[in-house]
Amino acid sequence: MLTVATGNKAVATAVKQACPSVVAAYPITPQTEIVEQIAEFVTSGELKSQYIPVESEHSAMAACIGASVTGVRTFTATSSHGLHYMHEMVNWAAGARLPIVMANVNRALGPGWNIWAEHTDAFQERDTGWLQVYVGSVQEAYDATLMAFRIAEHESVLLPVMVNLDGFLLSHSMHPLQTVEIGDFIPPIRLPHAIDTAHPMGYGTLTGPDQYFRLRWDIERSMRDSVGVIRETEREFAKRFGRRYDAVEEYRCEDAEVVVVAMGTLGKEAEVAVDLLREEGVPAGSMRIRWLRPFPRLDLSGRDVVAIDRDYSFGFGGVIARSLAATEGAKPFSVIAGLGGQEVTYDDIAGFVRSRRPGEEYWFGVMPDV
Amino acid sequence: MTDIPREEYILKCTSACAGCSDSLTLRYVLKAAGPETVLVVPACCTSVIQGIYPNTAMNIPVYNVAFAAAAACASGMSAAFQAAGRKTNVIVYAGDGGTVDIGIQALSGAFERGTDFLYICYDNEAYGNTGMQRSGATPAGARTTTTPGGKAQTKKDLDAIVAAHNPPYMATACASYPKDLFSKVQKALSIRGPKFIHVLSPCPPGWRYSSEKSVEMGKLAVRSGMWILYEREFGKVTINRPSKAAMIRPVPIEEYLEPQGRFKGISPEALAMLRSVAERNAERLKREEEGIC
Amino acid sequence: MYEVRIHSRGGQGGVTAARLLALAAIRDGKYATACPFYGAERRGAPVVSYVRIDDRPIRVYSQIRHPDLVLVLDPSVMDVVDVLSGMKPGGRVLMNAGEPREMKGFPTCAVDLTGIALRENLVVAGSPILNTPVLGALAKMGVITLESAKMAIQEMFSDMRNVAAAEAAYRELVA
Ligand SMILES: Cc1ncc(C[n+]2csc(CCOP(=O)(O)OP(=O)(O)O)c2C)c(N)n1
Ligand code: SF4
Ligand SMILES: [Mg+2]
Repeated sequence: MLTVATGNKAVATAVKQACPSVVAAYPITPQTEIVEQIAEFVTSGELKSQYIPVESEHSAMAACIGASVTGVRTFTATSSHGLHYMHEMVNWAAGARLPIVMANVNRALGPGWNIWAEHTDAFQERDTGWLQVYVGSVQEAYDATLMAFRIAEHESVLLPVMVNLDGFLLSHSMHPLQTVEIGDFIPPIRLPHAIDTAHPMGYGTLTGPDQYFRLRWDIERSMRDSVGVIRETEREFAKRFGRRYDAVEEYRCEDAEVVVVAMGTLGKEAEVAVDLLREEGVPAGSMRIRWLRPFPRLDLSGRDVVAIDRDYSFGFGGVIARSLAATEGAKPFSVIAGLGGQEVTYDDIAGFVRSRRPGEEYWFGVMPDV
Repeated sequence: MTDIPREEYILKCTSACAGCSDSLTLRYVLKAAGPETVLVVPACCTSVIQGIYPNTAMNIPVYNVAFAAAAACASGMSAAFQAAGRKTNVIVYAGDGGTVDIGIQALSGAFERGTDFLYICYDNEAYGNTGMQRSGATPAGARTTTTPGGKAQTKKDLDAIVAAHNPPYMATACASYPKDLFSKVQKALSIRGPKFIHVLSPCPPGWRYSSEKSVEMGKLAVRSGMWILYEREFGKVTINRPSKAAMIRPVPIEEYLEPQGRFKGISPEALAMLRSVAERNAERLKREEEGIC
Repeated sequence: MYEVRIHSRGGQGGVTAARLLALAAIRDGKYATACPFYGAERRGAPVVSYVRIDDRPIRVYSQIRHPDLVLVLDPSVMDVVDVLSGMKPGGRVLMNAGEPREMKGFPTCAVDLTGIALRENLVVAGSPILNTPVLGALAKMGVITLESAKMAIQEMFSDMRNVAAAEAAYRELVA
């Protein structure tokens, strides 16, 4: 059915269809509407979940962990400070191999308080063992949330998945939304290590130096296996519902001599910049990285790269730019733009491309125009 | 009786909603505390009403800090001032969510350690900053955006939790009784150790009543016995005069609930819960005041 | 791409007007997005919302700099905000007012949305509802069809007075 919805509403609608047994969540701007919608679905009986209005995010994730280990489907949603307040439990969920799905509405971190879009909140969780996907439209927020349950719960993954959407730009924008009948797209959950009093096991027991690293390697093995599961899930989604997704969304890249690499809404805005540049005769293309973990391969060989980071790792650089240097040997023109909701238009992006200086870093709005 | 000074430490340019009693309470608190004061504010409506950087509506230093962190941050500040031999008031000014929910661990820790500070919880009975979701302090039957059918549980008894730490001074207040609020803040600041004041803060958009009625809502809360004004000094309870009067001749609870949209269509069960909580609190305080508990 | 910038004050329904307009455009078979620009302001502060309408999926998320149409729900914001800023050549203005006024030569339409809301008794918490009648005016200006305007209103509101108010605005628009 074709409706219109905000990104938050789209996520809540997908959650309603995936029907988790337990939702534990705590409000925070700009994620609040997800929690409110779910509370409303539960109150009206449209969603038959246990909804736990916890007293903090640490408790939200802890409650999801407690529920998930009994073998049921669980969901939570948060943003920025909430994500960081639950950080200890975020690690725990992945280490405990629990397929929890979480929506994170990307927002900057204080101080000063800032409620607007930035990716640093989730990027700082990138080493926890969670799979992370970043969406570029309301439709994609819905589709990715549905797929997240199937991917997380897949027997060769069994890791939690975080669906990221840009604060306000997606959480509060209203776009067309095509909902689907999911049928058996998300199979029933089966957790091999679910708590079972008939087969008592120890969970999280003290693990010595001779064993611990094996558990870590096991996470990495599943992370690597998830690449195939993601691809298979996205293909199956396209087959059933007609919308295609890949780890990286390429736009006019076939003959591109310069590509803009960006994430979230900036990745979409970059496509418009590409059209503009093409009209000027600049052979530009764009790549929108969707999955941050597992980190994808990008075909950058022989091309100039303009990497836009809506994030920063102090003392190191833009996370995307540095990652591309590490994985592809690229020497990107690294643009730091959009922090804390800073306005970045397609004109600005086209400007970054026109005056790129490979290998250098440029802070938009701080340094003199390139 | 002390006169309330004219000095203002919170300017008129705040971005609070019309009729906000949070900002009114803050005004009296700062008048009582004076300029040698630092305010520690966790995420709440008060983080927003100060205005937007590089401006501020505040005339004393305000340290904004993460949602769960206020009491612990104030502990550090108080210890540092003590180390430096400075007599600066450290006041936490936190919402009910930042106190009874996410902040309760830090609050309990600071009170148990005997931190020298004043903790003020202004209680609008929900998460105002994020658009009125339930908190542990939301009363039974109240509709919030996460309790669209009315809250099923009763309000968490914050005062009993704080009292269990045996602080030298704790009190309740409401900006509808400004002189009472003012002198309680002054008294609290004259005592060493952890002090606590719990202030009822009627909130027009959250409670859904028209904005000119805030003072009246606070008075109705006291007169109906839904909010009891009292002090506990070194363990000795005194019920303040307006609440004494309300215990003898209360106005019906319905007069307090009726103007508030959040209680529209409240179930008889929830109403009974509200009534029994109010009665239980009154009985307990009366017994404590008489010294039989 | 057709770009509409809506100026109002917090609490006047500018965000809902944007959403209704986007929904109506989608019911016309177009692509549309509505983005409120959220500041930390509370009730009464000037706010803007954006609507984009196109025949292709919309990939622009930044604020609208060069609108085709500026909608002023509360003319008093013109004292503090330059509502014509960045106007496209040939851009138009729609104002909530009895008579069109001179807007630096940009073609301006007017309709008394406040009056229509009061007449239809569309008042919530003391404020007249402007966001449903305005869809009628936008239909008259050819931004959307009247059928889709009515459809969008009915999808979001059950009270039929909203539809009647939109029809009134359609009839009463002064160009
Ligand atoms: C860790 C964390 N979680 C959630 C939030 C979002 N948040 C900010 S203020 C607030 C509610 C505050 O409620 P309360 O303490 O009652 O103060 P009020 O807003 O009502 O004044 C919430 C949920 C946050 N800033 N940090
Ligand atoms: S929501 Fe309530 S407490 Fe917050 S600023 Fe508005 S009136 Fe004050
Ligand atoms: Mg509160």
